[in-house]
Amino acid sequence: MKLKLTAIEALTPGISKFTLAPLEGTKLPPAGAGSHIVLEIPGPARMWKNAYSITSASDAPVYEIIVRRVEKSRGGSAWLHNHAKAGDVLEVHSPQNLFAPVRLAKRHLLLSAGIGITPFLSYLKLPDLAYELHHCCKPEDESAFAALLPKGANVTIHTSRHTLDVEALLKRQKLDTHVSVCGPESFMDMVLATTAHVGWPRLKLHKESFGGATGGAPFSAVLKRSGVILQVGPEESLLDALEAANFSPPCLCRGGACGECKITVLEGTPDHHDHYLSDVEKAAGNAIMICVSRAKTSELVLDF
Amino acid sequence: MNLILKSLETYRDDYTFSNSDDAILRFPFPFPDDNYMYAVNMEPHVRGGPSKAYDAVFDIDEHYIGDMNDRALVLDQDPLRCQVLPHMAQAEWDALELIMDNLATDFPEHFTLTKDGDAWHWVNKPLGIDQKFIFGRSETLPCGPFEFITRQAQGDFSLQDQRDNTLYMDGGMVTSQADWSLNFDVGMAFHEWHGPVPLAHESGVFDRALQYLLRLQCGKPVRRLNWTMTANPRLDTSPENYPLWGPEKAAINAETVGHQLCLRVELQTLYRLPRSNAILFCIRGYLIRLEELARVEKWAVRMHRVIRDLHPKIAEYKGLVRYRELVVNYFAPFDDGRALNSGTSSEQDNI
Repeated sequence: MKLKLTAIEALTPGISKFTLAPLEGTKLPPAGAGSHIVLEIPGPARMWKNAYSITSASDAPVYEIIVRRVEKSRGGSAWLHNHAKAGDVLEVHSPQNLFAPVRLAKRHLLLSAGIGITPFLSYLKLPDLAYELHHCCKPEDESAFAALLPKGANVTIHTSRHTLDVEALLKRQKLDTHVSVCGPESFMDMVLATTAHVGWPRLKLHKESFGGATGGAPFSAVLKRSGVILQVGPEESLLDALEAANFSPPCLCRGGACGECKITVLEGTPDHHDHYLSDVEKAAGNAIMICVSRAKTSELVLDF
Repeated sequence: MNLILKSLETYRDDYTFSNSDDAILRFPFPFPDDNYMYAVNMEPHVRGGPSKAYDAVFDIDEHYIGDMNDRALVLDQDPLRCQVLPHMAQAEWDALELIMDNLATDFPEHFTLTKDGDAWHWVNKPLGIDQKFIFGRSETLPCGPFEFITRQAQGDFSLQDQRDNTLYMDGGMVTSQADWSLNFDVGMAFHEWHGPVPLAHESGVFDRALQYLLRLQCGKPVRRLNWTMTANPRLDTSPENYPLWGPEKAAINAETVGHQLCLRVELQTLYRLPRSNAILFCIRGYLIRLEELARVEKWAVRMHRVIRDLHPKIAEYKGLVRYRELVVNYFAPFDDGRALNSGTSSEQDNI
């Protein structure tokens, strides 16, 4: 669908809020808490497709997203920050939800860092959500995040990860608490290691990876069934390269979480960056999630 | 779509139900090949297909008034046929909106929906319903939103919550089921409610189907067909009412099989719901008497082969053992050994 960018508001020097409204005479599909949209963003040579969490409420008249300008941006966030202007019309894919809150949870412990706050902003707009939120950010961004969050004893902003004692937090939760975590790789790793350490039940832990690195050393992808060889550049993903070559492989989250874009690897060694394949599957090396994973060898032969 | 609804038909007692020629030709015949085995036979649910039953998102056909009347009778006797667990309240409204939007779009001569913000106005002409209500406020409807709309849509429905990497049947409207009970299954997980099905667990069908459904996307519904046979065109073949329909099944004989025995096909469709992230599952049942089915040449020949060669465990699970031979004998004279095209299309414009 086509949506019009109606407002851009800088929250910090590197983080801005973008408001997307339906074109005249149309209505936005509702988007439940945790949903994201994929934006098609024009680049000099090609189209980028980036996924962003919707931060507005489920039946709001507009979608709001909050975007951090990624250093060494592949092109998407840099364009939004440098070139996008109110009035631009963008192609936006209908919202999907890979991070919906568990409705039977009596209580939610929400842990986020940096731009990882975004899915929780939609959670907090649910009526009657029982939650405790801990958000980590840089000291200079504290006031900007504070302005986005409700004031209350159940919301704490940490300007250093050292003041967030995840183990102590987990240990004082009751049995019916669900933990949800979203943030950069290092933050997620820290939280996941702590949950494993205290024996937190796996089914009461929910994670959304955010802005995972997609760049790395260039490699060749040999598409065996299609009879095509692609070069995957240092700043693009295998999925990007396939789409740039006019293929439409199945994909959904573009963040290594949903499992939709799995492709069989016939030769070569994948370098896994996804959250979908199990450790055993990763070690087997015969499948790759093309949205985030790359190659340890100079070439991958794919069943595609 | 120029759909003409029949006046009240019955699915019990005198069984006045019958299919018009048009209804026979639009029947969603389930066998694309001469043999049948379980598979993950799911495909995108897009408008259009080998029969007109695929032309609408939620299909309404000539039997609408009789179907909805029978549902009301079942609910009068057994209100537990409609249950929704409390955490599915948002899913109820999601389902109401999805069904109302699509009925009004696909059958504008019968249904209209007007939205003014949250103030909605729903008109169902065939059932004489004219309801103004506030979307999201249950007290503005005569009953819960899910019950309200599923009393007006053909087929059984369930609401499935997604958590713990599986789906839970946390609500439903089930009055025309093939021998399963919502009251027994409510709250069960996907592998639990499919527990009794033979063969498919071992071959991994349910594992693969679940993985597929967990990734079902908003706005991209999927469908599959399932089938069984029912003695007499009875919608309510529930375990609770087995004493009513069991004896009818036992009474089928060579003289009555063509008229009384029905092929029962379920067009199953699944929709991701936008606010709740739940899944709406619609089991849209179609009944056709064997004598009606036999009027389509290709289907008669294929029925003979499929039922003759059916795996014994599937025949047992579907409850066909008692009259399987009668069905094979009934269709045998139609099968002259010809090769049939694959696919389910009737390949006839009229009968």
